[in-house]
Amino acid sequence: MAPSAESSQRHTSTAPAPPTPPRHRAASPRRGLSLRQRTALWGVAFIIIPLAFFLLVRIYPALVAFDVSLRDWNIMKFNKPYIGLKNYQRLAADDGFWNAARNTVLYSAIIVPASLALGLLAASLIQLANRARGAYRMVYFLPYITPTVAVSWVWRWLFFKNGGVLNQILISLGLTPQPFLQGLDQALLCVASVVVWQGLGYYIVIFLAGLEMVPHEYKEAATIDGASGWQVFRHVTLPLLNPTILFLAVLGTIRSLQIFTEIMNMTSGGSGAGDLGGPLGSTMSLVVYIYQTAFYQFKFGYASAMTVVLFVVILAITLVQMKLLNKPVEY
Amino acid sequence: MKTTFSRVLLVSVVAALLVALAVSHVGAQTITVEYWQYYYESKVVLIDELIKEFEAKNPGIKIDHKTFPYEQFNQKVAISVPAGSGPDVVNLFYGWVPKYVEAGYLQPLPEKDFPVATIERDFVPMVDSIKLEGKYWGLPTAVRALALFWNKDHFKAAGLDPEKPPTTWEQLQEYAIKLTQRDRAGQLVQSGFAWNADGQDWHVFIQVLLRQWGVTPYSADNKKVLWNSNQGGYDAFKWWTELATKHKVGEPTFMGDYRTAFIAGKASMMIDGSFALGTLKSKAQDINWGVTTLPVRAANPTVQANFGSFWLNSLTVKAQGAKRDAAVKWLQFLTSPEVMKRWLTDVGELPARTALAEDKALLSDPQYGPFLAGLKYAYATFFIDETAERQAVIDATNEVLLRGTDPKVALDALVRKEQAIRDEYYK
Repeated sequence: MAPSAESSQRHTSTAPAPPTPPRHRAASPRRGLSLRQRTALWGVAFIIIPLAFFLLVRIYPALVAFDVSLRDWNIMKFNKPYIGLKNYQRLAADDGFWNAARNTVLYSAIIVPASLALGLLAASLIQLANRARGAYRMVYFLPYITPTVAVSWVWRWLFFKNGGVLNQILISLGLTPQPFLQGLDQALLCVASVVVWQGLGYYIVIFLAGLEMVPHEYKEAATIDGASGWQVFRHVTLPLLNPTILFLAVLGTIRSLQIFTEIMNMTSGGSGAGDLGGPLGSTMSLVVYIYQTAFYQFKFGYASAMTVVLFVVILAITLVQMKLLNKPVEY
Repeated sequence: MKTTFSRVLLVSVVAALLVALAVSHVGAQTITVEYWQYYYESKVVLIDELIKEFEAKNPGIKIDHKTFPYEQFNQKVAISVPAGSGPDVVNLFYGWVPKYVEAGYLQPLPEKDFPVATIERDFVPMVDSIKLEGKYWGLPTAVRALALFWNKDHFKAAGLDPEKPPTTWEQLQEYAIKLTQRDRAGQLVQSGFAWNADGQDWHVFIQVLLRQWGVTPYSADNKKVLWNSNQGGYDAFKWWTELATKHKVGEPTFMGDYRTAFIAGKASMMIDGSFALGTLKSKAQDINWGVTTLPVRAANPTVQANFGSFWLNSLTVKAQGAKRDAAVKWLQFLTSPEVMKRWLTDVGELPARTALAEDKALLSDPQYGPFLAGLKYAYATFFIDETAERQAVIDATNEVLLRGTDPKVALDALVRKEQAIRDEYYK
């Protein structure tokens, strides 16, 4: 509140006062508002719409979800009674939920480290390039700005077991064709690799910015002291990149815990509803499972309970990472 | 100036009152019935034509026709239930009816307008799947059945008679093996039979294979799943999955889905519904295909079976009083023999009245004939939760196909899952 009030005050003092009708001016002292209060009021007025929007569209539905999770809330039933924690108890015995939870952890465990490693590698190489740095950046960033649905379908076709491009390549090299998205052990990896591929551009851009921040003098000093290129990277650049790495790790973790679009489009039956989440649920993530429970089976109460669990998990992970992120870095 | 203004005001108020009065007067005479269906072009065009004719014959009734994309339709209808909004007459898939009845969304057809005895005399037997609590909760205009499609050119190339499709499952298996082609890497190039679980074949397993292997799939009250109640059930499941595991005549996701594979000329046989005829006629012009009735078992040739399904038109609880009377008239019109005949020619779906289904001229039609023949012995599965029930079958076949689970173990687990879905509904 304070900064916005201050800034608006600054504005009013520097800007020429608008000509006000005399009766207006006479009225204001009677209302008893000081200039400070009035500018604060303006500040509130300006943020009231985004604030209301945020409360109505973000906070209120989230609170409703808590309420719904305590009910037998089926969209087709008029009666939606409270059933206490039954939905949460049911979660404990739901194999589908635990399978989805396990997959979601796997997605994060694959996607985040792979994106960080590949992103840092590519960014370091691009930084070394003397020419066409912008062009490299653009090429890597292109998939990121391509719609995920389109990307997913293209990869779905590339991964096709019969006649798919990847298998054609394997066959022409004399290797055994793979089931890819039809393989119980491969489907999740395929989806995760597409997520990494598509998001890489974002990681690269953020890493490039991080690398620019590393003072050149430090690296120069280390080189003069006889450090090898690797030593400079390992002991100078990497520690100074800590904030960037942690920022990307937090963002990547949250994003991969919420993975949805790629799974919906790469691993569902032709008709959409059939065989959602790959063969035997091998690519099923929590969010897809929640969607299926809510919108195919109309069990909103049960789905909300899962949402609450996911929310708590993401909150916990974020708090832990935030603690690490706020660690000051000494330059 | 002030007086002019008040005069203008007065005149406008009087005019507005008069208009409102006129509108309310018209409103008292005209009853609007809201009708919902999903968007399917030929259906939408025909219903619009039918509405014009119906309104001409029934002055004072207006039909308000609304459509939604197929993917969202069930959700739209479901959401309109608690909101208390939505249609007076709604087009529903028969498998959804139990849920909507349980939700208190539908009203049974009035006995005086649609006597139960008359329905059972005039309509094909599968409509009994929407008879709940001894009442009918809607009626179809058209129904669908399954049949076997085959690619005549593939038959010729494999040395088979292109005009003689298989009549038994044993023949189907034998031909499918002959028709299947793989490349040097072992990749499927031509599938002898477009094997799938998520398309139509899971219905074939439940209503056709099980019955022909001597199993009645559900108890008479539909509360018990009996697929593994005797050895026949295990044998049927084993035979079905062995087409993919042992004989390898098809793969579930070959070319994306079974129909695409057939249309692309990459699958020699497939089982599909009458609703596929339209797509085949427009998209499979390059291939020389035929359609015939579903095979039987050589050991048991008299037991014929088919899977039927349909979309029905139901009255919602929203239609009361004069509105219900108007909605009933609309419903009677939609289920009349004249409309059914036009539905067959314009939309390509089979008539739901027995008299039409047994029409000699229609039966001899090379494309519709096999489907109409199948209607006599078609069973519609009483679904509780179609999506979940289908997923359970897909998972069971994947257990066998991808994990190498013993079909017997997989079938037992499948029956447990299907039974749990029913138990939750009937608890």
